[in-house]
Amino acid sequence: MTASTHVAAGTEAAQETTGRHKRPQLSEGAKAERRLGWLLCAPAVIVMIAVTAYPVGYAIWLSLERYNLELPNAVKFIGFANYGAVLSSPYWWQALWVTVLITVISVAVTLVLGMLLAMVMHRTLFGRGTVRTAALIPYGIVTVAAAYGWYYAWTPGQGYLSAAFNYAAPLTAQYKAIAVIILAEIWKTTPFMGLLLLAGLSLVPEDLQKAAKVDGATGWQRFMKITVPLMKPAILVALLFRTLDSFRIFDNIFILTQGNNGTESVSILAWDNLFNALNLGIGAAISILIFICVVIIAAIFIKGFGTAAPGTNLERR
Amino acid sequence: MAAVTTTPRQKFSWGATNVVVIALALIPVLWMVSLSFKTPTAILDPSFIPAQWTWGNYTGILKTATFVRPLINSIGIGLIATFISVVLASMAAYAVARLRFPGKAALIGMALLIAMFPIIALVTPLFSIERAIGLFNTWPGLIIPYVAFGLPLGIYTLSAFFREIPWELEKAAKVDGATPFQAFIKVIAPLAAPGMVTTAILVFLACWNEFLLAISLTSTIAARTAPASLAYLSGSSQFTVPTGPIAAAAVVITIPIIIFVLFFQRRIVAGLTSGAVKG
Repeated sequence: MTASTHVAAGTEAAQETTGRHKRPQLSEGAKAERRLGWLLCAPAVIVMIAVTAYPVGYAIWLSLERYNLELPNAVKFIGFANYGAVLSSPYWWQALWVTVLITVISVAVTLVLGMLLAMVMHRTLFGRGTVRTAALIPYGIVTVAAAYGWYYAWTPGQGYLSAAFNYAAPLTAQYKAIAVIILAEIWKTTPFMGLLLLAGLSLVPEDLQKAAKVDGATGWQRFMKITVPLMKPAILVALLFRTLDSFRIFDNIFILTQGNNGTESVSILAWDNLFNALNLGIGAAISILIFICVVIIAAIFIKGFGTAAPGTNLERR
Repeated sequence: MAAVTTTPRQKFSWGATNVVVIALALIPVLWMVSLSFKTPTAILDPSFIPAQWTWGNYTGILKTATFVRPLINSIGIGLIATFISVVLASMAAYAVARLRFPGKAALIGMALLIAMFPIIALVTPLFSIERAIGLFNTWPGLIIPYVAFGLPLGIYTLSAFFREIPWELEKAAKVDGATPFQAFIKVIAPLAAPGMVTTAILVFLACWNEFLLAISLTSTIAARTAPASLAYLSGSSQFTVPTGPIAAAAVVITIPIIIFVLFFQRRIVAGLTSGAVKG
């Protein structure tokens, strides 16, 4: 809060409160500022609550009911039975394993490739704009459109990638299909990672690099001892974003395998229960479990690794 | 790493690196383009260059309502959701960047939570609620959630941009007798326009790309968006594979993105990184 004090309405009364933690009587100016602040935020807050907080509350309620759209008269409050059904089902654990596998591998590879891409974009001697423009295309492309491209590329008899690998049909076997899904994820998300890391990379002072070079540090030493520690906050934020984004993977799997052959992610499993089994209760229970997983991941990053949640330094500024 | 003087060898290796990066980014896209120009028989040939070229896939999909109507839906829903998101996010971001009021931290926390939210957790309740109140399979039924998910992105990006605006100008406007609201509309908003354009591009791309809600909250072409329509495209006859039409449709929905990226590369990069790194 302190940082924004200088922006108070330029009256003497407002200046009086500057830099103090005690709360003297609010001046008219400060009160007006407060009201304006609330007024300006109100529409955004209302929309966000209406679309998220309320439905999440409703989803919690749904998850405690037996509610199948095919049996609309059999709706009944059943407590935690849906959670019991999900958590004792091998499908849930299979989907969770697939999701974690995809998340861990794709995020790890994306981090390495994103770092390389950031370095290329940062250091390349010419054509910087062209490289960035090209890199933005995978970022911007509609995931589903790209997924169809991968799907046909790996279809035997149609695809160049399948032909290149001796007419392989990887989408029909579990781990090969997961590998294709991971490949599609990596291609799509490396540019985003690269751009976030590029912003962090530009904060690393050039002088420090030069000084270390003069002192005889190798490129790898400079990277590990200077670049990485200085970029740690940027890396952690990028990792947090990518991990949560990857954990909710849906589009690529939906197009590439429809979740067949043991490639269901947790999001696909929830969708299946909702739209194929028409079971709102089970679907909602899975949704809530996914939400809990996301909260746990975020907590690990923020508490465990000390990731500065984006926005928290807004207050410090 | 750091090149003090440039040798031809360094030039060559950087050139080669650039070519590799650009090729990796573009080959999958060019593959889609190639597929979209293949005739139904050429589709069954895995070579990268079509053996026989045709515009048929494009003329085919642009003649059917199965694709054209969703394309119009995508443009309409995307533009309206973007407009509303940017207006509401500008107001909130201005407050976050420039005003002191209790609850600011809560607002930021809420936006962060929504930005990280697993959308699937909302599909079940939104599907149920929208069916109950008649929003299912309508434009507003998609616009409202898109606005909600556009807002966190907008608030982050815009508050980062708003902090860079010279504050003295607003003070000057107030000294000249403008109310805080007038100062916002007449002084800050024009200065904030570049940031707003950037935010609008990012939000529009997100809406254009969205798939999960689009397939879950629509049931016919009345509100189905273009990405969701791809799976419903069929071949020229019942017995031909729809590969060509789907590839053509995928290329059509990629064109706006290529245009945005070509014209606004700098803005997109600035917008993406401002929200995430500067906070």
